[in-house]
Amino acid sequence: MTEAAKPLLTVRGVRTYYGNIIALKGVDVDVAQGEIVTLIGANGAGKSTLMMTICGNPRARDGSIVYDGQDITRLPTHDIARLRIAQSPEGRRIFPRMTVLENLQMGASIDNLEFFDTDIQYMFDLFPRLKERLHQRGGTLSGGEQQMLAIARALMARPKLLMLDEPSLGLAPLIVKQIFDAIRELNRRDGLTVFLVEQNAFHALKLAHRGYVMVNGVITMSGSGRELLENPEVRAAYLEGGAH
Amino acid sequence: MSTQAKSLPQGGPDFGQALKDGVIVAIIAFALLGPLVGLRTDQNMANELIIQNRLGLAAILSAIVGAGRFLLSAFVYPWLTARGRKTKAAVTLAELETRATRARHLSIGGLAFLFVYPVLIISLVGVQGSIKWVDNFGVQILIYVMLGWGLNIVIGLAGLLDLGYVAFYAVGAYSYALLAINFHLSFWVLLPVAGILAAFWGLILGFPVLRLRGDYLAIVTLAFGEIIRLVLINWKAFSGGSAGISSIPKVTLFGLYSFDVSAPNNFAKVFHLAASSAYYKVFLYYLILLLALLTAFVTMRLRRLPIGRAWEALREDEVACRSLGINTTNTKLTAFAIGAMFGGFAGSFFAARQGFVSPESFIFMESAVIVAIVVLGGMGSMIGVALAAVAMIGGTELLRELSFLKAVFGNDFNPDQYRMLLFGLAMVIIMVWKPRGFVSVRQPTAFLFRRKTVSGDLVKEGHG
Repeated sequence: MTEAAKPLLTVRGVRTYYGNIIALKGVDVDVAQGEIVTLIGANGAGKSTLMMTICGNPRARDGSIVYDGQDITRLPTHDIARLRIAQSPEGRRIFPRMTVLENLQMGASIDNLEFFDTDIQYMFDLFPRLKERLHQRGGTLSGGEQQMLAIARALMARPKLLMLDEPSLGLAPLIVKQIFDAIRELNRRDGLTVFLVEQNAFHALKLAHRGYVMVNGVITMSGSGRELLENPEVRAAYLEGGAH
Repeated sequence: MSTQAKSLPQGGPDFGQALKDGVIVAIIAFALLGPLVGLRTDQNMANELIIQNRLGLAAILSAIVGAGRFLLSAFVYPWLTARGRKTKAAVTLAELETRATRARHLSIGGLAFLFVYPVLIISLVGVQGSIKWVDNFGVQILIYVMLGWGLNIVIGLAGLLDLGYVAFYAVGAYSYALLAINFHLSFWVLLPVAGILAAFWGLILGFPVLRLRGDYLAIVTLAFGEIIRLVLINWKAFSGGSAGISSIPKVTLFGLYSFDVSAPNNFAKVFHLAASSAYYKVFLYYLILLLALLTAFVTMRLRRLPIGRAWEALREDEVACRSLGINTTNTKLTAFAIGAMFGGFAGSFFAARQGFVSPESFIFMESAVIVAIVVLGGMGSMIGVALAAVAMIGGTELLRELSFLKAVFGNDFNPDQYRMLLFGLAMVIIMVWKPRGFVSVRQPTAFLFRRKTVSGDLVKEGHG
């Protein structure tokens, strides 16, 4: 299914440094329209760095990032976000002292407000818990609810590409399932393209159409979600013992 | 539980017990203070050591201590226990609704009081006697309320710790002073000009410090405040140096009436009133009241606009803001500029009121007081900031009124000198008692269905 689809995000030979330390050593990644693509790897492999680099913070020193036919490698972060790449960053980063509704408004504020009512209704269908908590402060939500809020806030911008950094981090298995179901639903219903960075390799690969494995700043393997799930190396490194 | 209930006085405070407490404490205090304070050794002309008997003073001090203990036992402790018991029980939604309504009524009542205050004072103490109450208390406090509300935009909403706010106050004051004297422009023309100039300086400060955060930002803004002051001291040709600028024109009543004694359209002369500076003070009072309310109104409107929400989001999480497509550079600059603009307005009012400006008025202490007002008030809360300004500025003004204490502590006692001591003590007490400021509740800016109050259990800061 990926062959026919139009490429939405093309990452070519990206190198990113933190000072003198190289974090990404020339990474190539493709995400086609309508796909769920996951990036798995151990701690410190550079998964989050790749996601942050796509958003322009930190900036790639070499290579190119092309999104929807436009080179975004040198664009400021906020301009990248306005091209409807929505990001739910690692650690959720919701606004703790603002209410749930205000958090959602912040997500929508860059776009046309005429969709606000329909969009927010859609978020309530997706995450009914948010409706109950609408006037509560973000900081008073549980971890799972905060993650739902972070995803919903990202979705309020009506993104073409949704990038999620470890949405399952620190959540109970049941909540993880709820969140992954929601991602699958968004992809099936709206054809939303999702780029998912995950440690929880089993769930991520089951959900994704395609996956990449990253080790020490290099992509070492790629393939369909099923292929990677059955690959003995992947099983040994990321699934055995850790699988649910 | 039952034993605890028994030990607590049920029908009001137990005065007998409290009196006993007070007397015992007074006796202990006298036993201590008698030798310490009551007896003082001194040398007479013949270099002989003599004992001065000051037992009366010791007795007075002991009586104060005893009375304090009596008040604590009789009123403060029972009140604290009652309060502790009440907060234990879950607060119902209905109770919160009534509390919110009460708060609304209170602020409307407070506003009405502010408008009738000068009238009230004049009818109580007469035209001449009103000067002190309208000027020293009213105008002085309202200037700081306005400065607090202006800085609240920068610190409370956008979360940028600005320790050099007084610089913008100075820019506003000198703008009015210099332009009014050199170009003979009226206050009403120069008020917006001063605001624009201050906002411009806010932008100039904003650009270099945009990359800084927290402590680093605080240090640079502090330095900026000092730079402005030092330039004003040393650039004598421009600002008159430390001698300052005097005989700054007064504000006119929109050019219709003047408050200059020699002017033909002098307000008192036209209305055949006895000449007094009180009319000008009352006029200034209403002027600063309206300016402060303008600040409050603009802030409240801005909070409901995307820019205001972006300020608050910026305070919460800068990275998240950027990932949501907010240009953090512009957002910070607008916060700096708008905050500075209100500082400039207040500054030009200050220059017109004093008739004299000098760098002495714009020392770091002023910045510190304004920051303290914002922090004490509860960052971001308008009512809280106003209350803090009343407490801090009104409190220090009240100290001047305590000259009767000379009767107790002797003639060389000057309550004014204890200003900073009490100031610090009050800050410590308030921060222990209310660590998030007087009003720590943040009003949400958006309601989807209807304005509703949320139970206090749900709005406290939590951990996910």
